[in-house]
Amino acid sequence: MQFWVNQTFNGVSYAALLFLVGGGLTLIFGVMKIVNIAHGSFYLLGGYLGVALFAGTGNFYVALGAAALAVALGGMVMERVFLRPVEGDDLRQMLLTMGIALFVQDACLLIWGGDPFNLKGPEYFARSIRLGSFSFPILRLFMIGSAALLFLVLWWFQERTRAGAMVRAAVDNQEMTEALGINVPVLRMAVFGLGAFLSASGGVIGTAFMGLYPGLDFEILPYAFVVVIVGGMGSLSGALVAAVLLGLADNFGKALFPEVSYFTLFAPMGIVLALRPSGLFGRS
Amino acid sequence: MTGFRAGRARMAAAVAGIAGLVLLAILPPSLPAYVVIVLTECLIYAMAAASLDLLIGYTGMASLGHAAFFAVGAYTTALLTTRSGASFAVALAASILLAAAASAAVGVLILRASGIYFMMITLSVSMCAWGLAYRWVSLTGGDTGIVSIPRPRLGFVAGGLEFYYATLVLFSVCLTLYLLLVWSPFGKTLVGIRDSESRMRVLGFNVWLHKYLALVIAGAFAGLAGSLYAYYNGFVGPNTVDLAHSMQFVLMVIVGGPGTLVGPVIGAFIVTLLEKVVSIFTERWVMVLAAVYVVTALWAPRGLLGVLGVVRR
Repeated sequence: MQFWVNQTFNGVSYAALLFLVGGGLTLIFGVMKIVNIAHGSFYLLGGYLGVALFAGTGNFYVALGAAALAVALGGMVMERVFLRPVEGDDLRQMLLTMGIALFVQDACLLIWGGDPFNLKGPEYFARSIRLGSFSFPILRLFMIGSAALLFLVLWWFQERTRAGAMVRAAVDNQEMTEALGINVPVLRMAVFGLGAFLSASGGVIGTAFMGLYPGLDFEILPYAFVVVIVGGMGSLSGALVAAVLLGLADNFGKALFPEVSYFTLFAPMGIVLALRPSGLFGRS
Repeated sequence: MTGFRAGRARMAAAVAGIAGLVLLAILPPSLPAYVVIVLTECLIYAMAAASLDLLIGYTGMASLGHAAFFAVGAYTTALLTTRSGASFAVALAASILLAAAASAAVGVLILRASGIYFMMITLSVSMCAWGLAYRWVSLTGGDTGIVSIPRPRLGFVAGGLEFYYATLVLFSVCLTLYLLLVWSPFGKTLVGIRDSESRMRVLGFNVWLHKYLALVIAGAFAGLAGSLYAYYNGFVGPNTVDLAHSMQFVLMVIVGGPGTLVGPVIGAFIVTLLEKVVSIFTERWVMVLAAVYVVTALWAPRGLLGVLGVVRR
């Protein structure tokens, strides 16, 4: 019982992190239809900036917000300057994001060195809430809470606001949306920034959770991709469900079959692809 | 339409290709040992890049996970030679077969998707392979990998060049087979699928089967290249199948010029040689590589051959 409750809780808190990274990617993927290999770099950059800003200000939430905003701005510049000229060509966009990912990776290595970093966060992150014989670390509760909050805000934005309706329209039919007089290029830039924001906030929170080291950008990337593939591209609810599935699969996988744990990613993806190639919530 | 512009350009390319092969055959005895080592690496990567071109350039399937099959070949050879002392021929054959089998198994799954989805799925698959290589310590040695893979003893050329010549022979054989393949009706059908899948389906071709066979064939050749790489490097680790490695194959294909076979061979030489040269001057090879990616994507999407005007689309 203890094992199952703990592992489930751990799985769900990990899922919160996966949702932040994968949810950002699914937004970008839905509107822009690009394979964004630099998505892990947003995570990495967010993490490093978060560490630096936390060391400077001592306030975790300021560090979180500022780092995520800075990366979001960087993402928007990247979209405007580099991705715009190669719009519509999958392979070129992918090569470009790969180049940027490598650049960020090497720049981070140059600036912050090869040593791993930790981010302690506020002092109460280390404590736990006890409930009977179970204990729930506050950091993990914070992860779940912030992911849930962001999901609700994004869901409200997408389903209930005019700008959200524009995004949904652009996901479904870009040309028609443009013909209706909606400025799709600006929309794409904004959505790219939003995706970068989510990934970077995942980076700050993830650093508090499991540390930060060079190479983590490419390690986190397949998780984000699998969240999008399983959830269905452009679907936030899909990303949430997929993140929970993968978080649980990953956690139980690591606990039960440590040697092939990374491979447990493969199983949900394989099953979904076999049964529903467009993802759980995707529209083909 | 991709193809050589005219008969004359085609002749020039053929002559240049044969001249290149002849140079690769007669020069090495007079070259420094280090240069021969680098050329061996170029040839191995050229084999892998050209096999990927069958998918990207000819079939229109942008696989980002080709390193997975390369790694299956490399690990198979590494395990067979270090654990059971397999001979060159056995290791080579087993690597090719296992890589083909892996690609046949994965192919059923990844062919459910196409376009941009296909790219993401192949990338995820190769990252799963990386996860296996990294975490399945009892089989793959984890991060330390498999070390001290002995060079094959072939004994037909004296003085350290035998492995180079074995690689060159296999490279020539592969290139010939690739050319026969793309010139065959099968290859023409692949190009047809690349240009319009629905048209080929209407014409009565089994599109799925053609794509599937292309995947398996490309996987088998990647396995062969991987096997040679294990011998060449003497060490196989998870970095054989990491994201950067997978993407590097794609880069080689694009840098040279996709859909030409010769282009990816040139691309493999360019990227490999550039790495060796740049590494002499600076530690920031990754920055330079990043610049190569960006420049290629922005200004040379049809590669060097496209820039030179040998191919058009």
